[in-house]
Amino acid sequence: MFKSIVKKTVLMLVVMMFIALAFGCANGQADKELILATTTSTYDSGLLDFLIPEFEKETGYNVSILAKGTGASLELGKRGDSDVLLVHAKSRELKLVEEGYFVDRVDVMYNDFVILGGPEDPAKISGMKDVAEAFKKIANSKAEFASRGDNSGTNMKELAIWEKAGIKPQGDWYLSLGQGMGDTLRVANEKGAYTLADRGTYLAMKDKINLQVLVEGDPILFNQYGIMAVNPDKHEGINYDGAKALIDFMVSEKGQKMIGDYKKFGEQLFVPNAK
Amino acid sequence: MIELKNIVKSYGEKEVLNIESLKISRGKICGIMGPSGAGKSTLLRIINGLEKPTSGSIYFDGKKVSFPPELSLRRRMTMVFQKPVLFSTTVYNNVIYGLKVRGRENRQKVLQAIEFVGLKGMEKRNALSLSGGEAQRIALARAIVLEPELLLLDEPTANLDPANVEIIENLLLELNSKKNTTILIVTHNIFQAKRISEEVVFMKNGFVIEKGPTNKVFSRPSASQTAAFIKGEMIF
Amino acid sequence: MNEGFLNNLWNALQLILAWDTELVRIVGLSLFVSGAAVLIAALFAIPLGTFLGLKNSKWVRYISKIIYTFMGLPPVVAGLVVFLLLSKSGPLGILELLWTPWAMIIAQVMLALPIITGLTMTAIKSKDQAIGKTALTLGASKYQAALAVIREARIAIISAIVAGLGRVIAEVGAVMMVGGNIQGKTRVMTTAIVLETRKGNFEMALSLGIILLVLAFIINSILMTIQGEKDY
Repeated sequence: MFKSIVKKTVLMLVVMMFIALAFGCANGQADKELILATTTSTYDSGLLDFLIPEFEKETGYNVSILAKGTGASLELGKRGDSDVLLVHAKSRELKLVEEGYFVDRVDVMYNDFVILGGPEDPAKISGMKDVAEAFKKIANSKAEFASRGDNSGTNMKELAIWEKAGIKPQGDWYLSLGQGMGDTLRVANEKGAYTLADRGTYLAMKDKINLQVLVEGDPILFNQYGIMAVNPDKHEGINYDGAKALIDFMVSEKGQKMIGDYKKFGEQLFVPNAK
Repeated sequence: MIELKNIVKSYGEKEVLNIESLKISRGKICGIMGPSGAGKSTLLRIINGLEKPTSGSIYFDGKKVSFPPELSLRRRMTMVFQKPVLFSTTVYNNVIYGLKVRGRENRQKVLQAIEFVGLKGMEKRNALSLSGGEAQRIALARAIVLEPELLLLDEPTANLDPANVEIIENLLLELNSKKNTTILIVTHNIFQAKRISEEVVFMKNGFVIEKGPTNKVFSRPSASQTAAFIKGEMIF
Repeated sequence: MNEGFLNNLWNALQLILAWDTELVRIVGLSLFVSGAAVLIAALFAIPLGTFLGLKNSKWVRYISKIIYTFMGLPPVVAGLVVFLLLSKSGPLGILELLWTPWAMIIAQVMLALPIITGLTMTAIKSKDQAIGKTALTLGASKYQAALAVIREARIAIISAIVAGLGRVIAEVGAVMMVGGNIQGKTRVMTTAIVLETRKGNFEMALSLGIILLVLAFIINSILMTIQGEKDY
C-alpha cells in the first residue's frame, strides 16, 4: 500500500515534468537568442509587445525581455547578463558608454513625466507650470508624496527635481517605496498621495486609478529613451549582432513610425526622435 | 552458554552494573529478579550486544565476544522488549523479518509461529492495529520463528492482563521443553519467576546478590536482601 | 468596494475558465521548475538526511543546526547567490544558464534541499531508537537495520518532499531573480502575479493566485492522505 503511494507520487511528478517540458521550454538556436533589458515602465506600457514581434518576424531573432528598474538594467548590462538595453537615464547612459561598458547608444524616443495627485489636491498645485515650485508647495504642506525609491530613471528624475527645488525630501509625508512604477501608482492611488510618473505608465493604468495629471509641460519633465548595446569586448558570448540589429530596427523609418503609431486608450505614449 | 566476567557499565559517574561473575547454562529458563534500578535491563542489553560494557568480558560458549558482536553470533539470539515495537506493516511481514534478513524466508515457519502464539488467521492484519497483548505475542512469534539458542525477554508481560500473561508464560515453557531454548527473562514479579524459571538471579543496585535453583532461592535464600525482596518488604 | 471585489473575483474565474495557451504555459513551467527542483533536491536530501538522522556525533549536531537555519533561507537570497554565480561576470557565467528554467531549478533546489534534509533527518531520528534496535535484535546487519528505519520513516519522508514542493512552488524571489520573468520562457505563476499586479491587471493576477491556491490545496491533500495512512 505504501509502495503504491510512493510510486504514485513519483509517477505524478514525472508526468508533471513531461507536461511542463512540452509547454515550458522551447529553446531556439543560441545565436538567434537576444536578451533585452529594459525598464518596468517601458515594459508595462505594452510598446514592446507591439514592436518586438515585428522585429522577430523581420530578422528571425528571438528576444527575451527582462523588465527591471533602470538602475538594475544598467547593472545587468555592465555584468554582461544582457545584450542590449532600452532605458531612460541619458546622463548615466552616456557616462557608462564613456567608461566602455556600452556601445552604439542612440536616442530612440521620448515621453514625459507628469505630477499626479488625488482630486483633493491638498497642496493646491493643479495647473502650475514650474515643477520645482510645485514640489516646494508639496513639501511645505507636508502632503504625502510617493517616491519610487528604487534608483530607477524615474526616481533619478524625481531626485533631480527635489534638488532643483532646494529641498531634501524626508519625513513622514515622504514615502520611499522601493517599488516599480505600477506599484508606486497603486500605493499613491490608495493614499491619495502625489507622485511623479512617466506618462506611458499613467495612461496604461488611468482607468484603474483616481489619480489625475496636476502638473505637466515643464522642460525638466522631458524623458529621453535611449538604446545601446553591451560592449562585446567586455564579456564572452554577447550577441552583439542581434543587439545591433535591434538598435537599427528601433531607429529605422519603420520602427520609428511604429513607435509613433503605438496608442493605448486612444493616446500616443511615445514620441519617436531618432536622428 | 553465557559467561560474564567483571562486567562494569557506567554512565558518566554513575555505575549501573557491576558483575564479578555470572554463568547462564544452556537449556534453562533463568529468571532475573530485582527492584527497579537493579541493572536487569542493562544486563540484557549488554548480553545482546546493544550496549558496550565499560569494562569486562563476555564469553559465548567459551569464546570471547567482541563489540559490536559478530553478526553470526548476534543471529544466534534475540530479544523481546517490555514494550514491543512492531513494524508498520502486516503481522506476516513482521514475523518474517528476522528470516528475511538472514535470507531464509520460510512461509510455513512463519504461519506456524503465528499459530503457536494463538493468533492464527491474523497474518494479514496491520501490526499497528493489534491490542497490547496481541502485539506482545506477535513480538514473541517474531523472535521464536528464528529458533534462537538464547531468548532474552525484558519484562515481556509487565503491561499485560492476566490472561495474556498466562498465555505467554505457557508459550515460554513449551518453547523451552520442545526446542531446548535457553531463556533469560527479566521480571520484577517474583511469582512469575517462581512459576516458570528453573534458576533465578537476584540483582540489586547493579550487583548480583544471589543466584541459584529457583526452589532453593525461594525457600532458603542465602542473602538477607533476597529474603526481604521475596517477602515483599521494601528494600533499598 | 465589496461589490468590486466580487466583480474582480468573478472576472478572475472567467479568465481561468478561458484557459488560454499563455496561462497553460505559465502553469506548466511552474510545475516543471518546482517539480524538477524538488526531485533533484530529494535525490541528495534523503540520503543526507538519513545519514545525519542515524548518526549522533558532535559535528552532526553542528550540521543539523546549519541545516535548520537554512530551512528559513529567504528565497530572494538564494536567488541572489545563484544570480551572482551564473552571471556572465560570475564564476559559472560561461554555462550561460542565467535567464533559463535551469537557473530557476538550481535556485529552488537550494531552497528545497535544507527543508527535505531537515525533515528527513527528524523523521529518521524519531524512528531510529525503537525500530533500529528492534531490527538489530532480530539479526539485521547495520545496513539492514538502517533500511528498516528508512522504511518506517517513509511516510514522513514523502511528507518532507511534498512540503519542499509547497515551499518552492509558491516562492517568487528566487525565480524572479534568476529567471527574469521572460514571457514564454521563464515566466511562472508567481512572477506573473507580480507583473500583472504591477500593471494593475488585478483580475489576471487574482486568477493566477487562485490557480496557485488550488495547486497548493492539491499538494496538501496528497500530503494529508499520505499522513492519514499512518493511523489507519
